[in-house]
Amino acid sequence: MSEPLTRQEVAKVAELAMLELSEDELITFTGQLAAVLEHAQDIDDLDVGDVPPTNHPYPLTNVFRDDVIEELDDIRTEVLAAAPESEDGQFRVPPALGEED
Amino acid sequence: MSGHSARALAASVASGAVSAAEVVEEYLGRIDEREHEVHAFNLVTADAARAAAEQIDRRVAAGETIGPLAGVPIALKDNLCTRGVATTCSSKILEGWIPPYDATVVERLAAAGAIMVGKTNLDEFAMGSSTENSAFGPTRNPLDLDRVPGGSSGGSAAAVAAGFAPLSLGSDTGGSIRQPAALCGVVGMKPSYGTVSRYGLIAFASSLDQIGPFSRDVADSALLFETIAGHDGRDSTSIPAPLEPITPRLDRGVDGLRVGVVSELAGGTLEGFQPEVLAQTRRAAEALAAAGAVVADVSVPSTIYGLSAYYVIAPAEASSNLARYDGVRYGHREPGRANTAAMMTASRTRGFGAEVKRRIMLGTYGLSAGYHDAFYGKAQRVRTLIIRDFERAYRDFDVLLSPTSPCVAFPFGAKADPLTMYLNDVATIPSNLAGHPAISVPFGTGEDGMPVGVQVMAPMLGEPVMYQVAAELERASTDGTGA
Repeated sequence: MSEPLTRQEVAKVAELAMLELSEDELITFTGQLAAVLEHAQDIDDLDVGDVPPTNHPYPLTNVFRDDVIEELDDIRTEVLAAAPESEDGQFRVPPALGEED
Repeated sequence: MSGHSARALAASVASGAVSAAEVVEEYLGRIDEREHEVHAFNLVTADAARAAAEQIDRRVAAGETIGPLAGVPIALKDNLCTRGVATTCSSKILEGWIPPYDATVVERLAAAGAIMVGKTNLDEFAMGSSTENSAFGPTRNPLDLDRVPGGSSGGSAAAVAAGFAPLSLGSDTGGSIRQPAALCGVVGMKPSYGTVSRYGLIAFASSLDQIGPFSRDVADSALLFETIAGHDGRDSTSIPAPLEPITPRLDRGVDGLRVGVVSELAGGTLEGFQPEVLAQTRRAAEALAAAGAVVADVSVPSTIYGLSAYYVIAPAEASSNLARYDGVRYGHREPGRANTAAMMTASRTRGFGAEVKRRIMLGTYGLSAGYHDAFYGKAQRVRTLIIRDFERAYRDFDVLLSPTSPCVAFPFGAKADPLTMYLNDVATIPSNLAGHPAISVPFGTGEDGMPVGVQVMAPMLGEPVMYQVAAELERASTDGTGA
């Protein structure tokens, strides 16, 4: 965590997050993200090995409701109408394996 | 009428002294006058507001029982889903999307008779502290149009400050209600985690997000909070327990209450606080002491690590929550791509603004293999330290006091560097990490005559005592003993 962030790492992270960066953006973002990570160094120096992590600030786990059938509005038409493209009651996307030019 | 409290408006509508239609026209008139220069709204829903007002008036005429907010205009942050009304998060990726359902808070407001007048501007996906990150242009501070209103709920704060509505709702993940409230001179409150349902709030960081009220005074804030709070089976993080009533506490005063001024946030460890802001916080503490509270400084040492922990945890959760925007089911899709993955990447690249991309990348990095424990795991353990430190402080104190924001409203472009902007949240973030309630109350002015907000923090579910102290601060601020 103490190694400075590289452009290659930012390019990899962008790819994982499905974002395309221009060369200029890559340079700018690398500097900005490195500054934030450098600020976060202060917690890196803390010894918290025996402190349990907090995932969630209120102790609720395994929340269940009664298994009863409720009447729901049929919003299928509205949902599909909000989609960029739909067909036969389903979301339509470009081919999964189509070749980019 | 536009200076009236929501309580007075609701009472006048209920008694028939004024019609809901007249109330709505008055506020729509104010919006007409100044919205072009303030830009508080992404959308003004004038026709729907008029129709809702007519319906309230018919019910009053028929002698029917109406809700506690009947006829009161309200503005809603544009990350709250409203059925049939566009909800954008001020992002191009959701531009034009019409939600097929209402958020629980929207349903509860409708049941109480409140009338939505519009959807307010925000930093894209609530990521920012100035509203400069909106894809649709910034909101301006109604008190000085050359300055930011704060953020991310800048539109909701500005709407109340400009008199466009007596009430509004925002969301607060790291200070996004309290900081703009401070910068616009209004009251803003982040409730305890789990007290207000997030069903229909578009998620940013799920272990931190809460919906909360903006208003001109403390009593309206309590009324709006009580209207929207309470268990909701559609939100698995909603606390299944009744809340203690708040309104009876507001006139009780603070005699004997123990108030701790957090030394790290009030001129101690953390730098960058404006001297006038610190001075007003001290005066607020003195005013509470004069009213009978026992006031002392208290150290909450790990609050200084809050910012670092937050900027690991919040982006990590955001990177996961925002993975859903892929151009498949809703929102923007880039046309002309040969395969699904290319379409998704192009849609996200075009649809998200720079700050959202920064946070997604930061979160993706912090969660990636080899870094997960060093970043996310560590930040979660620091979160525990902060909670423990607060618990220790609350053994000796009923509430804690600090400035809300290190500075008053700043000029546009003054904090263009992301880290500089993040530092705005240093006093508000600890309450989000702990899940505790906190409120910002206007208390005098600072640099260039801009308003200062003082923050009252309380332990989990401590809203009643928090509001009790906030009400005393408001009395001190308006009767001249404080500011």
